[in-house]
Amino acid sequence: MSSWTIVTGVIGSDTHIVGNRIIAIALEQAGFRVVSLGALTPAEEFIKAAVETAADAILVSSLYGQGELDCRGFRDMCIEAGLNDILLYVGGNLVVGKHDWSSVERQFLEMGFNRAYPPGTKPSDFIPQLVQDLETRDKLLGRD
Amino acid sequence: MTHLGLFVDFGSTYTKTTAVDLESVEIIGRAQGPSTVQSDITIGLNMALENLKRQVGHSVLFDVRLACSSAAGGLKMVTIGLVPEMTSRAAHFAALGAGAKVTGIFSYHITLADIATLHALSPDVILLAGGTDGGNREVIVENARQLVSANVRCPIIVAGNREARTEIEQILSNAEIEMVVTDNVMPEINRLNIEPAREAIRNVFLNHIVHAKGIDRASTFVRVVMPTPTAVLEAAKVLAEGAKGVPGIGDLVLVDVGGATTDIHSVGDGRPSRPEVIYRGLPEPYLKRTVEGDLGLRHNAESILTAVGDSELAVHSTVSSDRVKKYVREVATSAAYVPQTPEETRMDYALAKSAIEIAITRHAGRLDVVYTAVGQSVVQYGKDLSQAHALIGTGGVFAANSAEMARELLIAATKRPSDGMRLKPESPVLYVDKPYGLFVAGLLSTIDRPKAAILAKKCLRVV
Repeated sequence: MSSWTIVTGVIGSDTHIVGNRIIAIALEQAGFRVVSLGALTPAEEFIKAAVETAADAILVSSLYGQGELDCRGFRDMCIEAGLNDILLYVGGNLVVGKHDWSSVERQFLEMGFNRAYPPGTKPSDFIPQLVQDLETRDKLLGRD
Repeated sequence: MTHLGLFVDFGSTYTKTTAVDLESVEIIGRAQGPSTVQSDITIGLNMALENLKRQVGHSVLFDVRLACSSAAGGLKMVTIGLVPEMTSRAAHFAALGAGAKVTGIFSYHITLADIATLHALSPDVILLAGGTDGGNREVIVENARQLVSANVRCPIIVAGNREARTEIEQILSNAEIEMVVTDNVMPEINRLNIEPAREAIRNVFLNHIVHAKGIDRASTFVRVVMPTPTAVLEAAKVLAEGAKGVPGIGDLVLVDVGGATTDIHSVGDGRPSRPEVIYRGLPEPYLKRTVEGDLGLRHNAESILTAVGDSELAVHSTVSSDRVKKYVREVATSAAYVPQTPEETRMDYALAKSAIEIAITRHAGRLDVVYTAVGQSVVQYGKDLSQAHALIGTGGVFAANSAEMARELLIAATKRPSDGMRLKPESPVLYVDKPYGLFVAGLLSTIDRPKAAILAKKCLRVV
């Protein structure tokens, strides 16, 4: 079983907590240590919590269409805070209106997120990916 | 069979003694002497006792003898944590709750400049925190090493990441530094756990600091059990909660205006009082103490003047601005100055009013409206004091002034229209600690909580 620590929550002025709760429960069941920050979480708080808990990844949920604005500069803030090797995932209704998913995904990857997920993603869709990414990262960093 | 209790507060200016009849739970005498901790603390104590015995009889024997102390600079502490809003903040809460005078707060890796500051501060105790349990361990371990290489000699209380404990114990014990290892002040994100650290600080105070400062010379006669601010905080607690057979008065806020600082104590969980409000950030302590080191009626009178301006002080005291400025300059260098004229009393009143307004604003939480896609949400930061049942004033300025003026001072700590979203007490019952006896109740609470609750209630006068 992994002993990775994941920080998760809903970013910005967004109150949609249900999906993020399901993610937190699924991660716990998969053996992760989960730090759940809840709804209405400012970007800074994700980063401060990741510093204190020495987190391996941050999973950001955003469902109200303002994700692009809220997540701008997120990777830079992590680097400023000394979180050099942290994995960043984002998912939900990230932008307002109908957009081609691949362009939205590209936008978030360019912002420094390692993965972005569209609406309707199930925990079973991304957890294996997360495990694989963490294993790859640990190998690159020479950790057991 | 216990009849009489002697309670002593070794202060920085005075040694105050109070005699209590423990059967009827009444204060039967009080007297003070000078603070003589620099030479021999027992000299001032004996002078006070001589005066006290003149009131209660020379042949009396005290069955209970307890003391608190803020002499010799009080309990000076430095706290170290990782993130300022998280473990650093939790460590700061723990130290304040233990009655310490926190002179330095450090976060992240402590730097060489921090070490220089630390040496200049020469704390009595350091509280070292950082990392949640299972979280960051590198920073707290590195900070422990820094303290060792900087040749820090005071006792260190370690209350950080559980997984870093063994390593830190080794580092500090190799350097022969006195240490106490206890539970993490913030074991997980946004969970506060400061009781174990508070207890550890109290033990270090009793086992080391009391001796180092020469306070234990008095120990053949009185037992020093806590720092003075803790005695007030414990009194607030027993007053709010009550004890077996003695109902408490409920959530409360206590204001203590002194010469150097203004302290606010609040008892209550302070969670949102309306269901739709969402709490954010680190929950604040049930027993919360804040110390405003820049607000006091003597040493810090000038910083009150700077903060609010001479015209406001002039209005509240109905004295000319020039006269206010002159008075503030004079008292700033005269710690024990007592007002001699009605005019001076009014100027002290104006200074206290401003100090209380600023201090409660810093202590109380606030609401913030967030506009979301589904309408407004209300977020709370800090403690909600709006529903506090009681607001209590203690300290010389409350005891010396008329009930009418004491009432005005306390109203300065309640919510007014200009406070907007600040969560200050809205309609509390207003009290003053008329005999200045709450610290006595705090000391008594260590051996008899019901009697302490009775005594604390008897100290209160509605204004």
